[in-house]
Amino acid sequence: MSSKLMALWEWFDARMPSVAIEYKKHLAEYYAPKNFNFWYYFGSLAMFVLVIQIVSGIWLTMSYKPDAGLAFGSVEYIMRDVPGGWIIRYIHSTGSSAFFLVVYLHMFRGMLYGSYKSPRELIWIFGVLIYLCLMGEAFLGYLLPWGQMSYWGAQVIVNLFAVVPVIGPDLALFIRGDYVISDVTLNRFFALHVIALPLALLGLVVVHLLALHDVGSNNPDGVEIKKVKDANGKPLDGIPFHPYYTVKDIVGVVVFLAGFCIVMFFAPEMGGYFLEYNNFVPADPLVTPEHIAPLWYFTPFYSILRAIPPLFSSQFPGVLAMGLSVMVLFFLPWLDRSPVKSIRYRGAYYKIALGVFVVAFFVLGYLGTEPTTVWGRFEFDAFFMDTTEIATWVARLGTLLYFLFFLLMPWYTARDAVKPVPERVTS
Amino acid sequence: MILRILSENSLRMALVAALLAALALSTGARAAEGGYRLDRAPIDPGSQASLQAGARTFVNYCLNCHGAQFMRYNRLQDIGLTDKQIKDNLLFTADKVGETMKIAMRTADAKVWFGVAPPDLSVIARARGANWLYTYLRAFYRDPKTPTGWNNAVFPNVAMPHALWTLQGEQALERVTVKDHGGHETTETRFRTIRAGTQSMSEYDRTVLDLTNFLVYVGEPVAQERKRIGVYVLFALGILFVFAYALKREFWKDVH
Repeated sequence: MSSKLMALWEWFDARMPSVAIEYKKHLAEYYAPKNFNFWYYFGSLAMFVLVIQIVSGIWLTMSYKPDAGLAFGSVEYIMRDVPGGWIIRYIHSTGSSAFFLVVYLHMFRGMLYGSYKSPRELIWIFGVLIYLCLMGEAFLGYLLPWGQMSYWGAQVIVNLFAVVPVIGPDLALFIRGDYVISDVTLNRFFALHVIALPLALLGLVVVHLLALHDVGSNNPDGVEIKKVKDANGKPLDGIPFHPYYTVKDIVGVVVFLAGFCIVMFFAPEMGGYFLEYNNFVPADPLVTPEHIAPLWYFTPFYSILRAIPPLFSSQFPGVLAMGLSVMVLFFLPWLDRSPVKSIRYRGAYYKIALGVFVVAFFVLGYLGTEPTTVWGRFEFDAFFMDTTEIATWVARLGTLLYFLFFLLMPWYTARDAVKPVPERVTS
Repeated sequence: MILRILSENSLRMALVAALLAALALSTGARAAEGGYRLDRAPIDPGSQASLQAGARTFVNYCLNCHGAQFMRYNRLQDIGLTDKQIKDNLLFTADKVGETMKIAMRTADAKVWFGVAPPDLSVIARARGANWLYTYLRAFYRDPKTPTGWNNAVFPNVAMPHALWTLQGEQALERVTVKDHGGHETTETRFRTIRAGTQSMSEYDRTVLDLTNFLVYVGEPVAQERKRIGVYVLFALGILFVFAYALKREFWKDVH
């Protein structure tokens, strides 16, 4: 560095030393375990996708019109007449699915290696809050193109709030701002999507990282690297995040971008999973689509909603189950009674339970994209059967297994035959 | 150790397999109402001759009732036409090539005349898919029970009459019972020509195929360019990967 630049930095550092202090704390002298594997790319990737979404979102906002009469056309205007607009739009639409994919893998990493266990419960809770925010962001943003699926998807979700006992109808009215999804709803969803939730999301990401950097990262062995330090007080199994993990994560980002660009440039609709075909039909309040399906990242929960039968002709049990299926994640750190963190040292019970959970999640996810008649009907009909749809019964089984994974966790994790955990990380 | 790697790898592989399975299942996402099996439309988005023929059919037969309000005429330079060619051959409902393909019919009038307003066709191919359009436009038949005298096997009781009937002629729908190899009886629907049109069956299929190709193009005019750019982007990422990986290797040399 030239002496003039050096002098400028010294001038700056004397007046704002916290920049250098924070840089050291969070990057140059943040010691991360050296044995991070494949699964540990998804945290930094999630942050990368957040940046992608914010930047592409800002550019979309420049040409998008939050007006029921203009919204659909303005998206097509972006796709056709705005220079480079189609790239921005596809970045944002692909980015939303990529965000969920990355976050699901990031969460699954936590479950593989017990990253939510003491002392990282708060990190996990902030993470679940981020996930909730993300779901809200995706739901609000999906109304904006004002296609048929935007409209009727929003209709379905807002009506979920209407089934809450006593306050339900007023609550739904408060959310919509109207008796039906309308221009008012579109405007408020736009406001919440572009400013309110992104602010909350950014704040939560900051506390998620602050909490992480206070206690330090977990690793595939579930060993606390801070327990074994060298003479200088540095963890023996730790390496500074920068430059080691920054250069490693750059590789991850490039590989991720390759996958991202394959979808974006060659299959932006991803067979109807990233952009639904029916959403290329402008919203029509008078025509209900035959089959309303949310985007893939909501379908496991949508399946749970549909699987629970109504009680006294109220859909509330289903809505409650769907809500609980997400809320139960908050309790994961306390449901897990295992003395070890990583799946490497857990016994068969947890491995089987996690495997069943993953299968149930995928089956629920798939069924949520299809009508409940997708697998036909049983040929018999017993007295207790309210429906003969095979898919509905499979979804009920999936829902049961989904909840049993969590509810039985205190029991099976406490009794699992665990293996001894090494003192140091294995390479 | 090996078991441990195995368990982690098999988890990862199961995840990838499940994702691939989900994708494979997605291909049949758009089916026809009424269960009529769709024919595959062998469109060629790279063929300018086909796209230009489709454009001609579109402005002559479709663009009276249906608009394509997000599509500009001069965008048709994409498919190898000059502004002058567009102006001389395709510009019936607008004055300037910079205008969009709007129609004069008002929505309120259309609702009175047809019962529903004919949908805008700008992104119809993205909503319905090429196969649907290709099959639908070849599946009109005479039906005295409907107000227009036309019905459609893909879209039963559609409000639209057969706009291309002078080309295709008139056909009737017949249900015939056929026996398969195992002796099971199944009902099949077949078309029978009542009156021939100005085109033969294969000529008409070609006309509809070109029109479908054009509608797919109109749905996303940038599609061809998108794929072309995508190849360059992936190539650039490939080069970036080599450097990023080399950098990582260099830094991690001292980590044991």
